[in-house]
Amino acid sequence: MKSRRPLGAAVLLLLAIGLLLGGCQRNAPLPFKLTDISGHMPALDFKLTDDQGKAVSGADYRGKVVLLYFGYTHCPDVCPLTLAQLHVVMQRLGKLADGARILFVSVDPTRDTPAILHAYVNAFDPHTVGLTGDPRVVEALVKRYRSSFTREPASSDGNYEVSHSSAIYVFDGGGNARVLSTPTDTQDDLVHDLHLLLSTGTNP
Amino acid sequence: MKPHTLSVLLAGLLLAGGVHATSAEHIHASHAWIRMLPGNLPAGAYVTLENDSDQPVTLKGASSAAYGEVMLHQSSNEGGISRMAMLDSLAIPAHGKALLAPASYHLMLMKAAAPVKPGDTVSLTLRFTDGSTLVTDFIARPANAVDDSH
Repeated sequence: MKSRRPLGAAVLLLLAIGLLLGGCQRNAPLPFKLTDISGHMPALDFKLTDDQGKAVSGADYRGKVVLLYFGYTHCPDVCPLTLAQLHVVMQRLGKLADGARILFVSVDPTRDTPAILHAYVNAFDPHTVGLTGDPRVVEALVKRYRSSFTREPASSDGNYEVSHSSAIYVFDGGGNARVLSTPTDTQDDLVHDLHLLLSTGTNP
Repeated sequence: MKPHTLSVLLAGLLLAGGVHATSAEHIHASHAWIRMLPGNLPAGAYVTLENDSDQPVTLKGASSAAYGEVMLHQSSNEGGISRMAMLDSLAIPAHGKALLAPASYHLMLMKAAAPVKPGDTVSLTLRFTDGSTLVTDFIARPANAVDDSH
């Protein structure tokens, strides 16, 4: 049977590729309901200041499932709604929520000092950390996740709004980007996917 | 015109406006609440407005003794970006309703005269383009409230 040999070789080759990929691919596929971004977005990496005034990096959150969200405290509607909804998500996760952190990165570092962020994030959920820093560092972080933000023109009294990404980026305990939650996604799907990430262990 | 004369004139105009303002009888407000944020951060106010008349009524803004500034806003989400824009007015259709709700239309309250705590009631005067007004009590809820019932 002449035709078998090339086919057999092809199967072997595919197997080898599969093994190679399996070896490199540290993100075990999980049956996510949200948009799976595993391998499509860079790992969690930043150098910012937390709401206690402490210098922190992405590596400090290894071992935790991270929900990354960009916003600002002078945002009276969408940012608090998102954080209030994430508070409900944390409550629904029960004890598992201790393995998760909500990182609220300010896209308005000029006004959002660690002290203001501290009072703000604590009004929502104890698993939330406020992060601020050098505007250029914040901009680089937003760009790293292929988003953007724009400071809108100020009104006569100097107040201004900031347009920003509406998505929540979810990372596993190894800091790998895993799923993206957008305002059109359901809370059930986010709870489902966080459950998967939190109950499969934190280290891939 | 001296500045003094001008201020007297302005005061007169304001008084005249006050005299002509009538209560918006055909508009009914419900589910009125405010999401409180810490410190002096601006807060969002939400309300459902129902119009039981045969004519559309247009909300043009609101004012309150408790806040130095109240603005009508609309949040939107397009292309993955959240934005907030000022609105001049919001129509309440005849025999219809307008919902001011999270992630949509809302009133932005700024410069609180005194700290407002969750559980407090704040009175807002809603103003319509026909000159009518509607005094509505808004309940202050904690930052992490999801809607007016939680």
